[in-house]
Amino acid sequence: MAAELHVALVAADREVWSGQATLVVARTTSGDIGVMPGHQPLLGVLESGPVTIRTSEGGTVVAAVHGGFISFADDKLSLLAEVAELSDEIDVQRAEQELERAKAEDDADAQRRADVRLRAATAAR
Amino acid sequence: MGAQLRVYKRRIRSVTATKKITKAMEMIAASRVVKAQRKVAASTPYATELTRAVTAVAGGSNTKHPLTTEPENPTRAAVLLLTSDRGLAGAFNSNAIKAAEKLTAQLEAEGKEVVSYIVGRRGVAHYNFRERKIAESFTGFTDEPSYADAKKVAAPLIEAIETETAEGGVDELHIVYTEFVSMMTQTAIEARLLPLSLDEVAAEAKPKGEILPLFDFEPSAEDVLDALLPRYVESRIYNALLQSAASKHAATRRAMKSATDNAGELIETLTRLANQARQAEITQEISEIVGGASALADATAGSDR
Repeated sequence: MAAELHVALVAADREVWSGQATLVVARTTSGDIGVMPGHQPLLGVLESGPVTIRTSEGGTVVAAVHGGFISFADDKLSLLAEVAELSDEIDVQRAEQELERAKAEDDADAQRRADVRLRAATAAR
Repeated sequence: MGAQLRVYKRRIRSVTATKKITKAMEMIAASRVVKAQRKVAASTPYATELTRAVTAVAGGSNTKHPLTTEPENPTRAAVLLLTSDRGLAGAFNSNAIKAAEKLTAQLEAEGKEVVSYIVGRRGVAHYNFRERKIAESFTGFTDEPSYADAKKVAAPLIEAIETETAEGGVDELHIVYTEFVSMMTQTAIEARLLPLSLDEVAAEAKPKGEILPLFDFEPSAEDVLDALLPRYVESRIYNALLQSAASKHAATRRAMKSATDNAGELIETLTRLANQARQAEITQEISEIVGGASALADATAGSDR
């Protein structure tokens, strides 16, 4: 069996996803980072963006993460986010509507959030 | 029906109605405690991970940050008091307010100016009535606080602590809230959130003396700490809000339970009194009839002769 790392994706008010994985790709403030088992201990600040988790069973979990941290030590990875949603929880139609509205109202934050949601939802397909 | 008996009957009816209401409130509070407890449990993983991360940065690097270093002579302290919007919860609010006042007095004795931030209408009303200054107050979400509410509360506090004291900022941040120990016990406690005492945080994060690994910080330790500490404060406030909500519901449940019990007792006493009044009335009627009959018999016996 290949080496694995334990991933816990936690939002402020719930645990969104947890399980074994072989690769996690997330976006930090200084660029995308991929973490595999045996990576050196790491603590980074996350940007809003999609997080891709390749599970041990060969599946892929994509989540939209809005701000937070990534911390990795002893083959245990935690993704802390204020708000995190799995791609299959995302309502594409609603996100699209929100994107339109955010564009109309010129709300950069809302626009970025909706954009991240959409990207996560499409990446999962 | 006699006047006495009618009065008792009326009081029994009114107490029965009150009992129904308090019983309903008790059951609502009981179901809400469970919900609130579940929310506390759901927020725990985030808080634990965050605490771990804070310990890792603060302990793993020699970073100096205004939020972790003790100012040489603190002159102003912020106190955040968590109360509830609604009463009917026994001593819940007055205990929290009392704890806050004790803390305020203590801080003032140390020569610090205290700035009050208050959550919940009860606390606001208490301070307004005494015409004390409130820096900022938040109401309307104490029954079911969300993380967004916690962010809203934390924002002005973080801003105040990041401002220089001379420009109206604060040096310390204290929080007073009601800790949910169990269904029966809730205690008002005070804690200092900032500046962070790292030993305490460390003790919380690793109970069995595990050694933290040497972390690689991305982009840098300072930046990570900068981003981490406000989140830490928010998460602590969120946890306090949730515990306070759970405590409030537990206190309401207890208060309503004793109200229901008291109403039951009152009904029992009133029923006894009503029965007594009814019996007295019947006895009186009988003696009146007997008296009347014998008077009548005496009168007819006299006319026969």
